Amino acid sequence: MKAFEYAAPRRESELAGLFSGRPGATAVLAGGTDLVGLMKKMIVAPDRVVNIKEIASLYGISADSAGVTVGAVTRLDEMLDSADLDAFPAVKQAIRGINSMQLQSQGTIGGELCQRPRCWYFRNGCGLPTELGRMVERGDNRYHAIFGNRGPAKYVSASRIAPALVALGASVRIVGPASGEAVEGPPKNGAPVAQDGNALGEAIMPLADFFVTPRAPHQGETVLDPDQIVTHIHIPRDEQIASATYEVRQSEGPEYPLAAAAAALRIEAGVVTEARIVLGQVAPVPWVSEAAAAAIVGQAVTPESARAAGEAAVARATPLSQNRYKVQLARVSVERAILQAAGLETGGF
Amino acid sequence: MSHVQAPEASVRPTKNVHVELTVNGEPREFLCAPRESLLDVLRNRLGLTGAKEGCNNGNCGACAVILNGVPVNSCLVLGVEAAGAEVETVEGLAKGSHLHPLQQCFLEDAALQCGICTPGFLVSAKALLDRNPDPSEEEIRLHLAGNLCRCTGYDKIVRAVQDAAKANT
Ligand SMILES: Cc1cc2nc3c(=O)[nH]c(=O)nc-3n(C[C@H](O)[C@H](O)[C@H](O)COP(=O)(O)OP(=O)(O)OC[C@H]3O[C@@H](n4cnc5c(N)ncnc54)[C@H](O)[C@@H]3O)c2cc1C
Repeated sequence: MKAFEYAAPRRESELAGLFSGRPGATAVLAGGTDLVGLMKKMIVAPDRVVNIKEIASLYGISADSAGVTVGAVTRLDEMLDSADLDAFPAVKQAIRGINSMQLQSQGTIGGELCQRPRCWYFRNGCGLPTELGRMVERGDNRYHAIFGNRGPAKYVSASRIAPALVALGASVRIVGPASGEAVEGPPKNGAPVAQDGNALGEAIMPLADFFVTPRAPHQGETVLDPDQIVTHIHIPRDEQIASATYEVRQSEGPEYPLAAAAAALRIEAGVVTEARIVLGQVAPVPWVSEAAAAAIVGQAVTPESARAAGEAAVARATPLSQNRYKVQLARVSVERAILQAAGLETGGF
Repeated sequence: MSHVQAPEASVRPTKNVHVELTVNGEPREFLCAPRESLLDVLRNRLGLTGAKEGCNNGNCGACAVILNGVPVNSCLVLGVEAAGAEVETVEGLAKGSHLHPLQQCFLEDAALQCGICTPGFLVSAKALLDRNPDPSEEEIRLHLAGNLCRCTGYDKIVRAVQDAAKANT
């Protein structure tokens, strides 16, 4: 590991002076389960590490009639233990998938969402994911993307919980240095906009817009600037929504799924009236499938309608040379996530 | 030299930082650079070599310790993060020459061969039993999924944890 300075602020307001806008100069440390490994391999080599776990306002789970808010440094085991999150089975199922007691009790939700791609070219020091496009195309791409992979980014978004949160319509709060100007209105081009004149500005945006596919080197996997952090995740409450996450995994250990899907369904009088279907581990972002949602809306959930939605989800997949198998796994994930959300047998194990 | 627990955030130097914490119930202190892991510090600065360096990237669990009541892989924690923390390591399990029931059952059930993974398994299993004194076999297997053993095939380890749970109740 390269030597670095260390800071552990106690308040959000103290963040302002600690970050530099230069990419790579400062790293945010939460649970460290991803960052510390990357620093050991010198794939990330910041001059300063800012531990945000001591900031009390970023910690904990609170619920009201509008929904549940989870602070970014809340640990995954605490989320599993929280009765407030029982209303969102898709989230708990995704966390349970991270099958290591240590990683669950060390990893935080903010870190889980912001973790870097697991792409083995990236992890072995071949450079930023976008620079690797051609290498991945020609090389061993068995775990790479089958959607959204026409540009230079071919890796898959690593977060296991994001598909569930996106399906449930979650939003994120982001803070960073304010521009000094008061700006009204929705974020432009998906980028957060500072909303007050204080040293620190905040923005709230749908989690679905938080993840981006970089088109050029030095663009990140999220909208975050180097001096911005995620502070909270909000999940809206809706008693009518049934949800589930289904993952296809190759082992029971702490490994990533080969493909996954989260389904959030509104079922009224036996018929799906609204659906959000989001695939995981198949694209550089959590992959929202409008086609799958359109296929299931207006239908009763049955093995046949779920299968049709799975087929619709993968109809336009663009697998690489070695990952055609993932198309089938993605199809099955969608089918079974829908069945599971509706409380039906998935036929899986 | 500076205290990491200072009330105001200020940036700590790249060189040595003074950290105070509690290890196995006793107050301890050390100087370390921010880039040293808690595992490095425990082994090289505090002389506690029970936690092992296996993969050094969070896969194997050989370095597991209990940090403020929860099990963590100490290779992925910075030593400076442990300021003010309570750390339990495998060295804290036995009371004098009296082995912890988990240690006794691991011996009696031959739940180890080469032994490098054993401290991590003992610590993870202790964290599990502290939380859930009567876990099912499946719960034990799930909770130990972050600890790898290449010798035993796991069955004897699971049995030892079941026996320790029985011995405790
Ligand atoms: C062996 C192993 C297996 C794993 N298996 C899985 C798995 O199966 N599924 C899975 O999802 N994950 C897995 N993880 C990955 C990851 O460690 C966890 O997802 C964890 O939740 C990350 O959280 P953290 O708090 O430890 O993140 P950190 O390592 O502290 O941070 C991760 C990244 O996010 C940034 N970051 C952290 N918090 C914020 C914030 N609030 N705002 C902005 N940026 C932030 C950091 O700068 C860093 O780049 C695994 C890790 C290991 C080592």
